[in-house]
Amino acid sequence: MNQSPKLFEDKNVIHAKEAELKDLVSYVLEKAKSLGATEAEIGASWYQGLSVNVRMGDVETLEFNRDQGFAVTVFFNQSKGSASTNDFSKTALDDAVKAACNIAKFTSPDPYAGLADANLIANNFPELDLYHPWPISTEDAIELAQCSENAAREHEKITNSDGASLSSHQGCRVYGNSHQFIGSQIGTRHSMSCMVLAKQGDEMQRDYWYDSARDYSDLLPPQEIGAICAKRTASRLGVKPLNTQHAPVLFSAPIASGLINHLISAISGSNLYKNASFLNKHLHKQILPEEISIVENPHLRKGHGSANFDSEGVATYKKYFIHNGVLDSYLLGSYSARKLAMKSTGNAGGVHNVLVEATNLISFDNLCKHMHKGFIVTELMGHGINIVTGDYSRGAAGFWVENGEVQYPVQGVTIAGNLAEMFKQITAVGSDVDYRGNIQTGSILIDSMAIAGN
Amino acid sequence: MSTPLSIAKKQFFEPANLTDQDLVRILDSMLSRSIDAADLYFQHSYHESWVLEDGIVKDASYSVDSGVGIRAMSGEKTGFAYSDELIMPALTQAASAAQTIARVGGKNVCKAWKKANPPMRYMIKNPFDFIDEKSKVALLQKVDQVARNESTMITHVTATLASVYDIVLIAGTDGTFVADVRPLLRFNVSVIAEKNGKRERASAGGGGRVGFDFFIDEDRASDYAKEAVRQALINLDAQPAPAGPMPVVLGSGWPGILLHEAVGHGLEGDFNRKGTSAFSNRLGQMVASPLCTVVDDGTLPDRRGSLTVDDEGCPTQKTVLIENGRLTGYLLDKLNAKLMGMPSTGNGRRESYAHLPMPRMTNTFMLAGQSNPEEIIASVKKGIYAVNFGGGQVDITSGKFVFSASEAYLIRDGKIDCPVKGATLIGSGPDVMQKISMVGNDLKLDPGVGVCGKDGQSVPVGVGQPTLKIDEITVGGTQV
Repeated sequence: MNQSPKLFEDKNVIHAKEAELKDLVSYVLEKAKSLGATEAEIGASWYQGLSVNVRMGDVETLEFNRDQGFAVTVFFNQSKGSASTNDFSKTALDDAVKAACNIAKFTSPDPYAGLADANLIANNFPELDLYHPWPISTEDAIELAQCSENAAREHEKITNSDGASLSSHQGCRVYGNSHQFIGSQIGTRHSMSCMVLAKQGDEMQRDYWYDSARDYSDLLPPQEIGAICAKRTASRLGVKPLNTQHAPVLFSAPIASGLINHLISAISGSNLYKNASFLNKHLHKQILPEEISIVENPHLRKGHGSANFDSEGVATYKKYFIHNGVLDSYLLGSYSARKLAMKSTGNAGGVHNVLVEATNLISFDNLCKHMHKGFIVTELMGHGINIVTGDYSRGAAGFWVENGEVQYPVQGVTIAGNLAEMFKQITAVGSDVDYRGNIQTGSILIDSMAIAGN
Repeated sequence: MSTPLSIAKKQFFEPANLTDQDLVRILDSMLSRSIDAADLYFQHSYHESWVLEDGIVKDASYSVDSGVGIRAMSGEKTGFAYSDELIMPALTQAASAAQTIARVGGKNVCKAWKKANPPMRYMIKNPFDFIDEKSKVALLQKVDQVARNESTMITHVTATLASVYDIVLIAGTDGTFVADVRPLLRFNVSVIAEKNGKRERASAGGGGRVGFDFFIDEDRASDYAKEAVRQALINLDAQPAPAGPMPVVLGSGWPGILLHEAVGHGLEGDFNRKGTSAFSNRLGQMVASPLCTVVDDGTLPDRRGSLTVDDEGCPTQKTVLIENGRLTGYLLDKLNAKLMGMPSTGNGRRESYAHLPMPRMTNTFMLAGQSNPEEIIASVKKGIYAVNFGGGQVDITSGKFVFSASEAYLIRDGKIDCPVKGATLIGSGPDVMQKISMVGNDLKLDPGVGVCGKDGQSVPVGVGQPTLKIDEITVGGTQV
């Protein structure tokens, strides 16, 4: 290496970008007004970063990313048009606004369309502590990734590697609308991952591990990521077949968040107003056991999904989606809220830090004991989820448990059921919460599912 | 007459007064830092989409995205940077970042650009040219009516018309200098049907590297609406699916995602060079039943997965992956081809200028066999006949793959019986391919809706196959 551009060397860059985006947004709001739009909203974003991949001890790829985007939506009374571009020149922005206005001539008036209600727009902006730029050189980034891969390859069962990576990004997003609102947020994301292979006879297995954080100093040490990755990969060797049967299924924490994501999708406004969810008309009904609650904490400091306003500028707030097993709140943006004659919940664009709570969280070992005999799922494959009916059928890999102890690894099987029943059959939630994502939960034990194997 | 190159030069060179010589200067400057090879990928992408819901066209959007990806390669190392500004200072800066990958050492030379005129696989005009906005709205509204007229049980219809018009120009130190203009259209209809409090959703669609008239000709758009309604009504009556290993007959066309997952990904060059695929080091070996011949063909005219040249400027080709059961080829991009000592197969693809190319599929399908489709179904005493699928996924190392049926039937005593609910099928690629015991004479390609994801990059692809029988594969139903 004879050059080492340091990422984030100039800390003023992000603030200059933030100011520039705000100017663009104001400019385009004015432009839309001058073209006759009755309402308009604009989202602009920018990010830059670095990602390195090493494999078998050497650098494989070194990527410098820099992305920007700009999207405008205009309303002429209730006819809507949208346009977007990654070119921030005045000409390109003008073209985009004109294109959006042109579309609105051809779309039909929709009585539910329009900006979010003005009284819901955010006006309080607590510090979320999301910006922690990593002053790392490319050489150091490569070295950290190498540490992680080396640690994994030291394991005696590891025979090959798919590499280790490190990525570090900073960015900002600005949103403004013709309610005189312009909000912005800056943040960083850093992650490290590792993927290796183990071989035994004809059997070859691979697995990975990663960590991700807003603040780089919160990341696991690279050696630990490598060591966990190696241990997980080696533990998959020695697969045995499993018979087709009904049995308890324990979703390990990293994949249990997927299960909660299906629930979130089923209580999302866009599926509800189309009558396209198995949880339609379930508000204030029991859908989980009463020991379990699901809370959203949008203002967590350093949170993966933290935000003071949603993608329509609506103030986010702490709330229970599920409280003591009862569906307390849907997830609504202003369009779906109007369709359902309700109020936006500040969830246009999705959720902001979801956590599964239970009155009694149990350690992973005790969950296995509690299950006694059943299937720990550590990997899911495929897309066999039907939110309209709740029908669920996916490929799975993991471990078979008897007498509360892991017996052998399993793969090539499916697990199937119906989400409405699976949610009611949750018998325990683990204390082993996976904190790496926007949806956080411990492992989830489900009383019985159909397993298809031999 | 306009050619892809003249369209691309007008798009990328004229606004910033760039010349061929500027590109040579950038590439030359990169080589002087001991890089083996470097390339520039210019892209201008225009997207348009129109959405109908609740009987009205509620929203539409135009989107423009353009930039240049700059790649520098030194042995197995790749440096990559990109710029969304098509001006010299920005290009030079990105080139300098990409070449950070180089070690100090010798000097290579940029080869003279070769004149490339690969045969064009599709038209080069914007698919929406000569069609006004009113016609787009009218088509969507017509399709909505067709769906609602099909059945009173339809409660919701969403129809989407989307087009992409991509202009790319690729220049490399290996003498590559070529442009491509790529139209891509897609129409999709999704419906929800309700009967006695039960609801089901189904969708259908199609498209290709074609013009808007594709959907009007032969009333294709109306057929998508009818097809979506048909599937939704069938699924309303579906019984729970069985669980466990059993014979499965796959229909022709879209069920070819079997090949995409069970074979295609595992034969991508990067995995095989690194020895991470279940198919690694198996060239020349029997990896499927002798009835199977599987190809990847990027040259088919107007298909969604076709390309005149890949994203590294190599003309696409027909690559035989498996011939009568024997493994005969891998899918290669330039980097992996060079490292494996083989020629590129024209399968270097990338999602956009902001992504690195890697080996990807184009249109992957199995050639027709001898059997009658009826005779294949009649040969099964108890099993499943699956004709439509959602998505699939594969673990290329263990070879385990899944794909999820969205329309399937029980077969009893050689006859198609009742419909069963969607279920995921799971198996191991090399194992399942050996168990293909009958191959139909009815090869069909999919309607043009496939998207393939790898390492976070999405590209349009095609699949296809004749009706075929797998003697045993695990069906992930609920009836144990």
